[in-house]
Amino acid sequence: MASVLIVFAHPVYEKSRVNRFLVKSVKGLKQVTFHDLYELYPDFDIDVKREQKILAKHDIIVLQHPFYWYSMPPLLKQWLDLVLEYGWAYGKEGIQLRNKKLFNAITTGGTFEAYQKEGHNRYTITELLYPLDQTAFLCKMTYYPPFVVHGTHRLSELQIQQFAQDYQQVIIGLRDGLFQEDDLVSATYMNNVIDKPYQL
Amino acid sequence: MEKSFLFQAIVYLASAVIGVNIAKRLGLGTVLGYLLAGVVIGPFVLGFVGEEGKDIMHVSEFGVVMMLFVIGLELEPNLLWRMRRLVIGLGGMQVFCTTIAISFAAYFLGQSWQAALAIGATLSLSSTAIVMQTLSEKGLLKTSAGNSSFAVLLSQDIAVIPLLAIFPILATEVIHQESTSLISSFSGWQQTLIVLGAIAIIIVAGRYIVSPVFRWVAKTRQRELFMATALLLVFLIAELMIVVGLSPALGTFLAGVVLANSEFKHELESDIDPFKGLLLGLFFISVGSTIDFGLVRDNFLIVIALVLGLMFLKGVILYVLGKSFGLKGDQNMLFAVSLAQMGEFAFVLFSFAGQYALINAEDIDLLIAIVALSMALTPLFFVANERLILPRYFTKEKSSRTADEIHDKNPVIIAGFGRYGNIVGRFLRANGVSATVLDNDSDRVELLRRFGYKVYYGDASRFDLMKAAGAETAKIIIIAMDTPQQCLEMVAMVKKNFPHLKILSRAYDRNDSFDLMESGVDYIYRETLDSSLRLGADALQMIGFRAYQTHRAARTFLKHDERVLSDLIKHRHDSKSYISVAKEKITELEELILRDIKDEGILERDSGWDSEKLRIDAKS
Repeated sequence: MASVLIVFAHPVYEKSRVNRFLVKSVKGLKQVTFHDLYELYPDFDIDVKREQKILAKHDIIVLQHPFYWYSMPPLLKQWLDLVLEYGWAYGKEGIQLRNKKLFNAITTGGTFEAYQKEGHNRYTITELLYPLDQTAFLCKMTYYPPFVVHGTHRLSELQIQQFAQDYQQVIIGLRDGLFQEDDLVSATYMNNVIDKPYQL
Repeated sequence: MEKSFLFQAIVYLASAVIGVNIAKRLGLGTVLGYLLAGVVIGPFVLGFVGEEGKDIMHVSEFGVVMMLFVIGLELEPNLLWRMRRLVIGLGGMQVFCTTIAISFAAYFLGQSWQAALAIGATLSLSSTAIVMQTLSEKGLLKTSAGNSSFAVLLSQDIAVIPLLAIFPILATEVIHQESTSLISSFSGWQQTLIVLGAIAIIIVAGRYIVSPVFRWVAKTRQRELFMATALLLVFLIAELMIVVGLSPALGTFLAGVVLANSEFKHELESDIDPFKGLLLGLFFISVGSTIDFGLVRDNFLIVIALVLGLMFLKGVILYVLGKSFGLKGDQNMLFAVSLAQMGEFAFVLFSFAGQYALINAEDIDLLIAIVALSMALTPLFFVANERLILPRYFTKEKSSRTADEIHDKNPVIIAGFGRYGNIVGRFLRANGVSATVLDNDSDRVELLRRFGYKVYYGDASRFDLMKAAGAETAKIIIIAMDTPQQCLEMVAMVKKNFPHLKILSRAYDRNDSFDLMESGVDYIYRETLDSSLRLGADALQMIGFRAYQTHRAARTFLKHDERVLSDLIKHRHDSKSYISVAKEKITELEELILRDIKDEGILERDSGWDSEKLRIDAKS
C-alpha cells in the first residue's frame, strides 16, 4: 500500500463549495496525509526542513488547489520555491523525490470546452500545467495527469458530491495500486482512469 | 501665636505648591522642595509657623505609616522571603556596625557609655520617608541599590522595637516613668506572647477577614466608603501596634504584605496613596520648619562638623558593607548616599531617651537639629551624587574601557534596554545589526557589556551622552524608555539636537501616541497593539476560524486602527478640558467601536477570491 500526501492550498477555504466536499472525502483515509498549507503557515513562514521530512515519507504527492489565474495560490508556489531545494529535490545530489508520483487536483470555474484550443481559455489544462510537469521531471518524479473539477460555479450540490466520490476513488485507487501505470501516464485527466471522462 | 486652622492650612499648602514646583523645575526632587518650603515658613525665615510645627510633625508622621503600608502592598510575601539575606545580613550589619562606631565617637566626646550607646543606636537609623520617596521618584527602587536600601530600612524599622525596650534598662535614673503601652504592666513573657498574638491577628485578619469586608463594602458602590474602610484598616492596625508597643509602621507594612495578593490591592493602593503623599509632604515641611536655626547658628561649626562627620561615617560603613554584599560601582555609591542621613525615628527615640534622662536636654536639642539638617541635605546629596560623582568616577571608568569602540559608528541607537528595548535590540543583533545602547540600569549595562554590546550607562536624554554614543553619525534612534514621560523628553532632545535622526518610538497607549505624534515622531509603536491582535487572532482560530483568515483579519485591523488613530488626533483638543479623563476614555472607545462598524474594509478584503458574483453570472 502506497502512502499519499495531499498538499492542500486554499486561501479562502471557509468560502469554498467544491473543495470542502473533496477534502471531506479523502481526509482521514488510511495511509493518506492531509496537509493544509494555509492553516499551517498563515504568515507564509514555511518550515522547510519539516516539509521535506513529510515529503520524504510519502510515495504519491497530490497538489490540491483551486486553479486561480491558470495557476496555483501563492502559498503553494512559495512552498514549491522553498521546499524543493537544490541538492535536495533536484541537482546532482538532489534525489530525495526520485520515483515519487506527482499530480494536481484542481477545481476551476471554466468548463472543459473552455480549456481547448478553440475555447476562450485557448489552452488545455494539460498545457497550462506544463510548469508542474517539468518540475516533476527535474525532480526525477513521475507526473500523472490532473484530477479536474470543471465549471464549479454551475455545479449543484449533488454533482459536487459525485466529484467528491470520484476523487476518493482516485486517491484510494492510487494508494492501493489499482491502476495500470500505462493508463496513468497516457490519460488526459485522472478522471478518465476511473472512467468518468469529460467529453466535448 | 494663635492662628486659625484655615490660615495654617493655607500656609502649608501654599508653601508646598510653590516650593515643590520650584524644586521640581530645578531638578531637585519634591522632598527637597517640601523641606525648603518648611524652612521658609518656619520661625527663622518668615515665622508663619512656630512651635506647633512639632505637633504637626507628629501628626504627619502617620504618612510614614501609610507609606509602609503601600510599600507592603507592592511586596509579595515570597519576594520578602527572597530578601531575607539582605534584611538580616546587610541591614543587621549596618545597624550593628554604625551603632558601635557612633557610640565610640560619642563616648570619646564625653558622653556616658549609656548615653553614647543610645545616641549611636538612634543615629544609625536612616530616614525611610526621605529615602523611599526620593528613590521612587527617581525610579530607582527596582535597582539593586534601591533594593538593598529598602532591605536596610526594613531591618532598621525592626531594630526600633528592641531599642525602645533597651532604653529604659540603660537609664540610670528614672525621672518620669510614662507607660509606653497598655501592656507594660504584664511580665516579659506575657508581653512577648501578646506581641506575637497581635502579629498573628494581622496575618489571619489580612488573609480571611479583610477581603470579605472589602467585598461587602464594595457592594455599596460608594467609592468614598471604600476609601474610609481602607483608612480605617490602616488606623486600626496602627493603633493595635501602639497598644502592644510595636512600631505602627512595621505593623502596617506587615498588613500590606499580607494583602499584596488580594484582589483589592490596587484599590487600596490608590485610595491610600493621596493621603500618604499629602501627609508625607506635610511631614517634610514640618521637619524643615522645626530645624532650630538659632541653635545651629550658635554652634555653627560643631553642628556642621557633626552633620558632615556623621553622614560621612555612615556613608563609609554603608559603602564597605555594600561592597561585601556584592553591590558594584555606582549602585554601591547610590546605596551609601541614600542611607547616610539620620531618620525620623531619631525624633521619637531622642524624646523617649529624654524622658528617661538618658541624654541631657541640650544635647538632645542639638542632636535633633543635626538629624533634621542631615535629612534636609540628603536630597541635595542625591543630586550631587547624580551630577558630579557618578558621571566623573563611575561612568567614565566604564566608557574609557570602550573608548575605541565609539569610532566604528553604529547606525542605530537604542535608548532604554528595558522590557521593550531589549527585544528590539536582540532582534537587531540576531540579524547582524549592532546597535549602541543607552541605559541607566548599571547591572544590565554590566551584563550587556559582557556579551559584547556597546552600552553606555546613563540617562539617554543627556546631550553629551548621546553625542558620545555617536548620535551625530547614526541614522536611527529607537526610543524605548520605561515611562511615556521619559520617551517624550527624549524625543524633544533628539528633535532639537539631532534632527537628522529618524525616530522610532515606543508608545504606551493611544494618548501617549498622540503626544508623540504632536511632538513630531513619525514612527510610533503602541506596545500592546501587535500582541493583543495576535492574541485575538489566536482566539478566533480556536473557535474555528481559518488561520490564514485570522492572520489577515489581524493585519487589516491593525491598519484600520492606525488610520483611525491619525483621524482622531485631529479632534483631540476639541472640548477636551470639559470632560474628565475617564469620560474621555469612554467616548474615545465609543468612537473607535463605531468606526470599526463603519469600516467595511475590515471584512471585505477577499473579493478577488470570492466567486459569489461569478457564480450568479454563470447561472444567468
